[in-house]
Parts: sequence; C-alpha cells; structure tokens
Amino acid sequence: MLGFKFLGNTPVPHRKNTAATPSVKMPSAAEVLIPLGGQLGAPSTPIVKAGEEVKVGQRIAEPSGYVSSAVHSSVSGKVLKVEPYLCPNGTTVQAIRIQSDGEMTPHESIAPPEITDLESLIEAVRNSGIVGLGGAGFPTAVKLDALKKGEIHTVVVNAAECEPYITADTRTMLERIDSVKEGVLLFKKYAGTVTRVVFGIESNKKDAIEALKATVGDIEGVEICVLPAKYPQGAEKIIIHNTTRIVVPEGKLPADVGVIVINVNTLATIADYVRTGMPLVEKTFTVDGGAISAPMNVTAPVGTHIGDVLAFVGCDTEKVGKVLYGGPMMGVPVSSLDEPVMKTTNALTVMTREESIKGDATPCIHCGRCVAACPMGLNPTAFSKALEIESKEDKIARLEEYKINLCMECGCCSFVCPALRPLVQNNRLAKGVVREYRAHMKDMK
Amino acid sequence: MAQNLIVSTSPHLHSGARTQRIMLDMLIALTPAAIAAVVFFGWPALVIIAVSVISAVGSEFVFNLIVKKKQTIGDLSAAVTGLLLALTLPVSKDTVGNVWWQTMLGAIFAIVVVKCLFGGIGCNFANPAITGRIFMLICFSETTTPVATGFGTLVSGATPLSAIKAGAAAEELPSVLDMLIGNRGGAIGETCAIALVAGGIYLLCRRVISWHTPTIFIGATFLLSLALTGFDLNASVYQLLGGGLILSAFFMATDYATTPLNKWGKAVFALGCALITVVIRFFGNYPEGVSYAILIMNILATPIEILTSPKALGSKKAKKGGNA
Repeated sequence: MLGFKFLGNTPVPHRKNTAATPSVKMPSAAEVLIPLGGQLGAPSTPIVKAGEEVKVGQRIAEPSGYVSSAVHSSVSGKVLKVEPYLCPNGTTVQAIRIQSDGEMTPHESIAPPEITDLESLIEAVRNSGIVGLGGAGFPTAVKLDALKKGEIHTVVVNAAECEPYITADTRTMLERIDSVKEGVLLFKKYAGTVTRVVFGIESNKKDAIEALKATVGDIEGVEICVLPAKYPQGAEKIIIHNTTRIVVPEGKLPADVGVIVINVNTLATIADYVRTGMPLVEKTFTVDGGAISAPMNVTAPVGTHIGDVLAFVGCDTEKVGKVLYGGPMMGVPVSSLDEPVMKTTNALTVMTREESIKGDATPCIHCGRCVAACPMGLNPTAFSKALEIESKEDKIARLEEYKINLCMECGCCSFVCPALRPLVQNNRLAKGVVREYRAHMKDMK
Repeated sequence: MAQNLIVSTSPHLHSGARTQRIMLDMLIALTPAAIAAVVFFGWPALVIIAVSVISAVGSEFVFNLIVKKKQTIGDLSAAVTGLLLALTLPVSKDTVGNVWWQTMLGAIFAIVVVKCLFGGIGCNFANPAITGRIFMLICFSETTTPVATGFGTLVSGATPLSAIKAGAAAEELPSVLDMLIGNRGGAIGETCAIALVAGGIYLLCRRVISWHTPTIFIGATFLLSLALTGFDLNASVYQLLGGGLILSAFFMATDYATTPLNKWGKAVFALGCALITVVIRFFGNYPEGVSYAILIMNILATPIEILTSPKALGSKKAKKGGNA
C-alpha cells in the first residue's frame, strides 16, 4: 500500500539465545504459591482452606466478577495456607500456598469439555482459567466474548515476540505447532464472522515462520505476515496496524474495529484445554539474562518459586542483581526470589548487579530520538516537561493535549535517550497523575 | 536467600547512546575540516582553533563554578561550540594578533550569554557558535574580513561570494577544483568542501544527524540560486561552495537544541534557512547570509515544531506536540 510504513523502529538487541533449544520440564517443586490476582481484572476468590487435599487441575479459586478468572492447583498435595500476597503491580491479593506430594496426580474432574458452538467454546475457555499469555493477563474468555456480537472479522495472532531473550512463543510454534493449528481451526469452526486469521511474526524467527507456513499456511483465510525484527512489533495497536493496516482509534478497543488480538501461546493453550481438559496450571518460560550461564526454556507448575527455578537451571544466585517477570524492555522486577511463576510469566530475565546499574540522567539535549522512536507518534520529552508545570489544571490539560493516554509504556524512548532520561518512567507517573485527577473530578460531581 | 534485589521500573535495557558520544562524533566529523584549515591557513588557524576551544570550555567551567552547577564540560558540547566558532572565522598572519583575543571574547559570549544563561545544554534557543560569530562580525568587522589562503588565490583577501558581489569576472574567481579542496579565501573551516562533506557523511552514518536538513538546505539554496541567476550553472556552483553553506548545513542547522525535533519540522526549518540565505546573498548588502538565516530560523524553531508535530496513532485530532 502506498504510504504504508511499518511502525516500530527501535533496534533493541534480540538475544534469542534459547530459540533452538528444546524446552525442559522441571520436576514439581516441594511447594508452590499461587496468587489469585496480579493481572488485569478482579482478583479471584479462594474456595479451598488450609489443610485441604488438592490435585492437579482442581479449581481452587472462582472468578469474582466478569473480568476475573478461575484458578486451579498446579500440583497435587495439601493446602498449607491462604495468605495475603503483595503483587508486583502494588496491589495485595490472596495467594494459596500448597505443599506438593510430588505425585502430580490429576484431579478426577479433568475431562475434555464438550464444545458444540461458540457459546460453549467461550464457556470452556472461562473454565480453563486461561488469561492472555503475552503478558497483560487479561481473561481470554472476556476477550472472546466480543465474538458473540458477530462483528469481529479479523483475528490477529501475536507471534511477534519482540522482547529480548524471550523465545517461549517461538518454542511453542516449534514444539506445539499442532496445538496452534487446532486453535486456528477452532476459530474457523465456531467464530463464523471471522474471515481472516493473521499471524504477525518477526522476521528473525525463520524456523517458526517455516513451521507456521507448513502447518497453517494452507488453511483458507490464514495469512502469515512477516514483520520487521524491530521493537515493539508485539504491542497490540502496533501489530494490528502492521498486519492489517487498521488503526485502533484513541479510547477504543481492537474489538470496536472488528479485530481481536490473541497471543500464539494463548491460542495453543486453548486448543490444549479443548483436547485434554487440563486447565492452565503449567507454564513454559525463558530463563535468560546476564546472570544465567545456561539459558533455557523451562516448563514448570504455576506457583513455583523463582528461587527453585534458578536452582534448576544452575544459576549462582550470588550473581543475581535483578530478576524480571518478562523481558528487559517491559519486564516487572520481583522483590524476592520467593516470588512465584505466574500464569502470565513468559520469561524470567535474570540480570547481574553490573547490568542493572546505569548512569545518572543528564539534561535533555532536544535530539528528538525519543520522538523518532515512539511507535505511537508521541513526544515523550514534552510529557516530561509538562509534568513539571506547577498548576495542576494546566499540567493535566497539557498532558491530555499531548495524548499521554496513548503511551503504552513500551520503553523505546528511554532506551534510545542519550541523556539517560527516565522518559517512560515519567510517562507512567504522568498517567497516574491524570488518572487520579480524573477520578477526583468524578467524585466532585 | 535473603538477598537484596534491585527493583526499578522498566525498561531495564539501554541502547548505550550518550550525549558525550554524540558530541565526540561532532568533534570527529569536524576534524577533517580543522586539518584542512591548518593546511591552507597555517599556524594562525591552529592558534584560533586552540583559543576558541579553550575559551569555550573554560568559560563553561567557570560559569558552572560561579553558579554552583554540576560540572558539564565533560559532555564535550562546549568543545564543539568552540571548534565550530573557530572554523567560521577568517585569520591570517597579519590579523592573528587581534583575532585571537576577539575569538576569546566571541567564544565566551557564545557559551556564557547564548548557552549558559539560558540553562545550559539543550536549553538555548539560538545556536551558540553562530551567535558568537555574528557577535564578532558586528563588533570586530574589520579583522573578521575574509583572507586569502597561504597558497595565494586569484582574489586575495576576499571570498568568492564577496568577489561576485563586487562584480568580479568569472576568470578572476578560483577554479571549481580549488573551491572543492578549499584553496580559496574565506573562513578557515568553510573552504574545504570535501572535508566538510566527509564529516557530514560520517555524522549521517553515525545517525547523529538526519539527512533532511543538509539535503534540503543545500539543495534548495542551489535551486534558488539557479533560478535567480537565470539558470547559470557555474554561478550557482559558486553559491554552493563559496560561502559557509556546507559547514552550516551539516553542522549548525542540524543543532539539536535550536531546531525542530521532528522530520517535517526539520524540512521546513531547512527550507526557511535556504530562502533567507538566498535573499540575503542576492538582495542584501552582505555577500554571505547563512549565519543570519540560521539565527532567524532558530527563533522560529518552536512554532515550526508545534505546527509540524505528527498525529499520534489513532488520535482524534493532531496533538500539539510542542516543546514550549
């Protein structure tokens, strides 16, 4: 198309050290800690008590609202405690601590769900506890509900995997390609209005592109769109634009323009659930970073302590300075190695202390690199300046005029800034200021 | 395992770009022109370069000491200003006795008045080197009159542009080859087109500058000269190579702090520079107009930036992405 330009141009290093290495299954740890929240949506409500025996796949928490998901035990054993847990996002939710008996006995209720139509497919997804595995963790069933209205014409399968280190989706496409195919066929069969299924995948994943072409390439309506290997291809609005040319308007959801985006791993996991009936209780994630000498993809029960994972991959914890859920561009740091693997964990980036330390910020030299890097067409340095305005009203007005709400915190601006300015960090702060002010104004009315 | 982990917000990775490295690239890119200056204009050129750089860096150092600011000379930006200022000055054995102290004043003016008083690096609205040069042109107009190279040009003591202005015939001007290698009268760093373009290409390769500004500035000046000379190719080539156009287009009109951030803004800025340059050269009293053109456009940089700021993806109306 004339005038079309791929958005996203930041040359973030790939470091896909584990792309060619098969994932390794970790034996059940002695104990797991399963948080009942911490992702998008309301925290779930526990339905087990301390002392109760549980088995793998047994439901241990119910959704507490529409945008909330079920949680299942990832091991067989005994519930030790239901305790408060401070999530990395700063909220406190309940978490269930379970002592594993090492048997990994599946629960009696595990059986493939009966699927006859779209309604029952979505219900099955709701029961599976599946959330968006790309990182945000939005309950997948809620997203699929948009299909019921019959206005969704395109499903974008996000296989971009643009963060450094992470190869969990790449390994999914290589090791579970049949599940990916089954997932596509489920959509084809039950979501009648969907005419296009577009895979968006970065060009540096040659093997995965081949696997997709060989397996799903011939299915009618399926397209494989190879994207430039430039960060952030995997960001929702960017991948929609780059694969379909469709722009999601400000303040709208992809579903409003007839599109839903689903992570390739989520798609395969839905298919796995439909085939086996086993809910989302284990995750495959990449363990890599400067402090890891033998990087690999590990499959472990949800709730496994990060310390146990690091011991499994032979990491010397003395060297560890920072551990992230996810990759280094958008990853969230953990405060202790006792934190658990979450449903949404697609990587543990383990950095050394030296890697973690950076210099001090120097004055903005107005070089414009952040503006050139911003995939959304924003001016990050203007937000930082607006944040310094003293008058609250003027500050909010300026931030909203500059479209702070469109910042998706991908981190490109901070990554390229030669003055080491905390640009995306300021944006995060600014969003909080605007949110607080808007909530306050609402209360006043 | 009670180990203190570092907790900070994302991103946890950085490209490694640094302000200091950008300024070092500027110095590297200006090195060929500086060498050419010493080759063609001899030891006085070296003296002026040294005086200018030392005065610029020294005055920023002292200013920071006096106002108790964190020392900033390590970012090399003052050194770049000093070198640029020196390269825009003419000097010979006869004039160096006066020019050296005038250069010192010019460099101090550029750094203290134009840059530091506005808040230091990134905060100044006018290009320090250009404003310093204009300050010197006005205050010391006699000694800053262009001089001949050590190799002797056909029109000694004048730039090709001032010779054209004075109505010199074509055979009185230096040959195009001399113009390219720099064997002509003029400011010490402005004469060697080849050295300047080499430095400019280095900056483009290092992505310190984008192609928009130099291409449009030089291209538009050339085309406008063609139009105004009745499509006289030869005369237009002299307009291209004869003054400070190439130095300014690559190293001054691309200054970050004093030009628009976005590429359309840069394009408009460069076009404006070209227009004003040509108007001054063809209709003004001065033979050269590049410095004034850039200074005038510096004033317009912020409005241009606001008006050319791109629309955010999916936004209802164009955001005003200014830098006010």
